[in-house]
Amino acid sequence: MTGSTPQAEGKQYDGASQLNDADYLEALRQQMLKFANLQISDTHLAEDAVQEALIGAIKKADSFGGRSAFKTWVFAILKNKIADVLRKRQRLAEVSEIMGSDEDDEALSSLFDKKGHWNPEDRPNRWGDPEDSFKQQQFWVVFETCLNNLPGNQAKVFMMREYIGLNTDEICKEVDLSISNLHVMLHRARLKLQKCLEIKWYDGGKHA
Amino acid sequence: MLSCHQATRLASDAQERPLTFKEKASLKIHTMMCSGCRNFENSMNTLRKAMQGFASGDYDSHNQSKDIDK
Repeated sequence: MTGSTPQAEGKQYDGASQLNDADYLEALRQQMLKFANLQISDTHLAEDAVQEALIGAIKKADSFGGRSAFKTWVFAILKNKIADVLRKRQRLAEVSEIMGSDEDDEALSSLFDKKGHWNPEDRPNRWGDPEDSFKQQQFWVVFETCLNNLPGNQAKVFMMREYIGLNTDEICKEVDLSISNLHVMLHRARLKLQKCLEIKWYDGGKHA
Repeated sequence: MLSCHQATRLASDAQERPLTFKEKASLKIHTMMCSGCRNFENSMNTLRKAMQGFASGDYDSHNQSKDIDK
């Protein structure tokens, strides 16, 4: 996977050289912005967080062996910045807004019959070995699509929990939800993701 | 006896907090008999792993090799 001459290896991919690749940096910045915007929903604060994370990472850029490590590092810093912003900020959303509309509920309850059992066509299937999927680029495209399909607030709390790694108390404080409401939202988000991945990846959309 | 809706809720909650003994037992009994919920419960682990992969380098290690080759 290296296309370089042997003696350049190691040097060519160190952290510092990534900073000379404007295209790479811009693409990375866009990814970070997209993520920060979803979480903070304030463009200025999101841009600040991304900026600070990039600056923080650049200071240490020499110590990274490859892009993958560099990106992981930048996102780790970004996640901390976002967590700081969220912790500081006054909570601003109404519970009703966060919890989502009744239509949402209907879409989900259509997975189950009146007694709360799976409708036959919605019953989850076996997924097979996850590690296999993770190796395929197409899986991650589908995964990202499914994340993007979540209603905004579900996506937000799900990402806070699973991606930024905030704990339940911190999330409840930020979005002004009770723990049980948060658990309801995470449950809904997981039902949706499960369904979406199953349709788009594991069944029909079987990666041609 | 739990409904599938309740069982999936417990499977999701198990990612957030330790279930009580009673909850664990009723979920276990349900999933022993219900393949749909058993599959859902397994997919919880896959989802969490996928999020971790998404958050780390896994997500674009393939892009990386493309970038380097150019």
